[in-house]
Amino acid sequence: MSAGQGPGEIQFTVNGEARSVRAYPMERLLDVLRHQLGLTGTKEGCGEGECGSCSVLMDGKLVNSCLVPVLQVEGANVVTIEGLAQGAELHALQQAFLEWGGAQCGICTPGMIVAASHLLSRKAAPTLEDIREGLAGNLCRCTGYIQIIEAVAEAARRGVGR
Amino acid sequence: MKTERIVGTAVPRKEGRDKVTGQAQYVDDIGLPGMLYGATVRSRVPRGKIVKITFGAGIAWDEVVVVTAKDIPGKNCVALIGEDQPCLADGVVNHPEEPILLLAHEDRHLLPKAVKAVEVDYDPLPAVFTIEQSERMATVIWGEDNTFKKYLIEKGEVDGVWEKADYIVEGEYFTGAQEQLYIENNGMIAVYDPEHGVTVWGSLQCPYYVHKALMRLFGLGENKVRVVQTETGGAFGGKEEYPSMIAGHAALLAKKAGRPVKIIYDRMEDMVATTKRHPSRTRHRTAVSGDGKILGGEIEFVVDGGAYMTLSPVVLSRGTIHAGGPYHWPSLRVRGKAVATNAPPHGAFRGFGAPQSLFAMERHMDRIAQVVGLTPVEIRKRNFLKPGLTTATEQVVGDEIDLSGLLDRGLALADYAAKKERFARENATASGQTGKRKGIGMATFLHGAGFTGSGERYLNSLVGVEGLVDGRVRVLVSSTEFGQGTNTVLCQIAAEALGLPYEDVEIAQPDTEEVPNSGPTVASRTVMVVGKLVQSAARGIRQTLVAEGRLGESYSREEFREACQKRVAEKGEFFSWARFETPSGIYWDDEKYRGEAYAAYAWAVYIAEVRVDLTTYGVTLEDFVALQEVGRVLHPVLARGQIAGGVAQGIGYALYEKVIWQDGRMQNGQMTNYIMPTSADLPEIRVYFEELGNAHGAYGAKGIGELPMDGPAPAIANAIEDALGIPINAIPVLPEDIFAAVTAAGDVHVEGRGR
Repeated sequence: MSAGQGPGEIQFTVNGEARSVRAYPMERLLDVLRHQLGLTGTKEGCGEGECGSCSVLMDGKLVNSCLVPVLQVEGANVVTIEGLAQGAELHALQQAFLEWGGAQCGICTPGMIVAASHLLSRKAAPTLEDIREGLAGNLCRCTGYIQIIEAVAEAARRGVGR
Repeated sequence: MKTERIVGTAVPRKEGRDKVTGQAQYVDDIGLPGMLYGATVRSRVPRGKIVKITFGAGIAWDEVVVVTAKDIPGKNCVALIGEDQPCLADGVVNHPEEPILLLAHEDRHLLPKAVKAVEVDYDPLPAVFTIEQSERMATVIWGEDNTFKKYLIEKGEVDGVWEKADYIVEGEYFTGAQEQLYIENNGMIAVYDPEHGVTVWGSLQCPYYVHKALMRLFGLGENKVRVVQTETGGAFGGKEEYPSMIAGHAALLAKKAGRPVKIIYDRMEDMVATTKRHPSRTRHRTAVSGDGKILGGEIEFVVDGGAYMTLSPVVLSRGTIHAGGPYHWPSLRVRGKAVATNAPPHGAFRGFGAPQSLFAMERHMDRIAQVVGLTPVEIRKRNFLKPGLTTATEQVVGDEIDLSGLLDRGLALADYAAKKERFARENATASGQTGKRKGIGMATFLHGAGFTGSGERYLNSLVGVEGLVDGRVRVLVSSTEFGQGTNTVLCQIAAEALGLPYEDVEIAQPDTEEVPNSGPTVASRTVMVVGKLVQSAARGIRQTLVAEGRLGESYSREEFREACQKRVAEKGEFFSWARFETPSGIYWDDEKYRGEAYAAYAWAVYIAEVRVDLTTYGVTLEDFVALQEVGRVLHPVLARGQIAGGVAQGIGYALYEKVIWQDGRMQNGQMTNYIMPTSADLPEIRVYFEELGNAHGAYGAKGIGELPMDGPAPAIANAIEDALGIPINAIPVLPEDIFAAVTAAGDVHVEGRGR
């Protein structure tokens, strides 16, 4: 599609499925995911790239989907929180968040888990300091991060990044 | 002693799976057919008369639903304690961001342009922006004297103590506003139907507060208003009162449009327009004996309530009662006052007045220690409350609490003595005015659980447990989940009381058509007060089944299930209800503010270790110990999460979170310039519990949610003073504030201080 003003057809892969949407080129990827594709697991917290609640993976890179104009995802491979669990079985990170108290109110949780999966894909055996640094772009107001960090460390021990 | 199977264990969070998979439905995840989006036109001045409203060019106004105060069918107010706050300004505005007009349209992208196109002309009125300006009363903006509420606590004969004192220690302490900053912004969806009335779904803490406000706004009976809580992404008090406003707005638009309307605030609107923690000023004057015993004192505690009363009287109440801390005052006079300013109303935020007055108390204790020449540890030990002594309101301490022992345990956990000595030595030999200084400080404090005084009696909470047709049971409460673990812990309690597996208990979505009024989800009351009622209602289910001969005194899960199924099949709906009853021996005098202020107190010792960089003036927390006695811990993982999260907010309160005000409006209403702690900013928060139990709470639990907000700020300020030798009596304290303090002091000097 062109980067013109009118809506156009955009094709990309979401959670392994080929999708086609009609959208304005400068529409936020966040809105397209939530409103057009019904993938409401990706949350909006601030709309300016500060809080990380809208984190998704785009071609393996961690991005804030509130800052990505949808024209940029043409042909890309996007993974959201809905793409992590395998059917009824939780992803090991999701399981660890459940067990270790990594989710309280839950609004930052999808973005946090996506960011953590990105972290572990780059570093399978992170130190606690690596996790602190790696998740510093995702804000949580409930936990003080302690139990999130422990959950990510536990998921790493269970071999998520390997 | 611990014979329970479920209470005290870390069962999975009831709604946890939905949260980690992204399936949980928050209000903005929900849409209704034909739904419009709503937006709010707000005041751009702090105070003035509305002269003219112009709908500017560039918008097809005939396509926009517009609601003004004239469209309100009932009383134009947000009914809470008072009815002074309008739902929509009518002719006059009293604070920046006050709602004036509502707009709705099906294209949410058009709404910001439409809001901008509405031009409001004002005839400005003089305004007040600080506690001092409000007290001066040169301009009266509320009532006769700018005062929402006053309290006076008098214990003993304070006027006689000054001449007996070896030391009279005075201090003045300030705390700033703080934004709750839940990550899910406020939001609400409303439907109006002439026959069924108003229904709203939204992010909120207190369904029956919203219910009451909508009844008043629409002039409808209780059966014509329905309020449903959707999954709520954090609240911390910030969704206690303002959701009533938003629900009213969405419902007014829905009525006028004849279609469902959704209002979702963006981050800036949420930050600048909704409530924040009350700024405060506290003055202490304390009479102390030569050996460091408090003889008596006067405390004046003032909070800035903003433009309308909202919850200020109750915030003030809690702050006033907590102002004397966990100490024994033979005599004490506390004056509390909530004043009006032309800022958006300040409101509920975790701790609810106590973090403010306890900051002052704990800073003041370190000041007294310096004046008397004792250590911060010793001054506290000489003045702690003990079992049998009385609090400021003359409530006898009933817990077998040993605060000196608790403090000793905290000090050992923090390695306090060794660090204190080492930091003093290293700071003294550090070169010049650069480099790093280290310090360690403490706060010892208490927090009352449940509503203050006669509050629980007035709430008169009702709880239900229902036996279901499939043989499982369901808890019916209006108590809401917003991260703390309400769903999980109340189900644990019911399962324990019934001898059932946790999986056999569920909890109803809070919906005023389905659940009774178990009171608001505030004041650290849910586990202690509502939990106790759940326990009682659950026992009622069992007693009924046993009394009807359907179940023996001991039974298996299968036997219970079968008995419950049969009961429902034969006799229909199967409910058991429990209503709050004031425990005997509880006495409270609302006039004199004397008696049993709270059914239970949690007790705590927090110790902060800081490093201050004299090049950047940044403060880094190196260690944090949070030790508390909270009665029985019903869920170890959730309890630890409550404490760690509250401490993180307290650290933000002390070191990062500064609201910049100009003419009553927050200037930094973004996450980029209002800074909350990230994972890289916080130390490991080390959480420890003592468990004494509590006769008034479910399985011995006390309240826990607010407590951790009280201690971090004073502990950190005390640690910074330990590092620099400069008193920090106002928070938040950002690097520029440290710079200013160091510059004003002319020196950092740490020798010979506070051994």
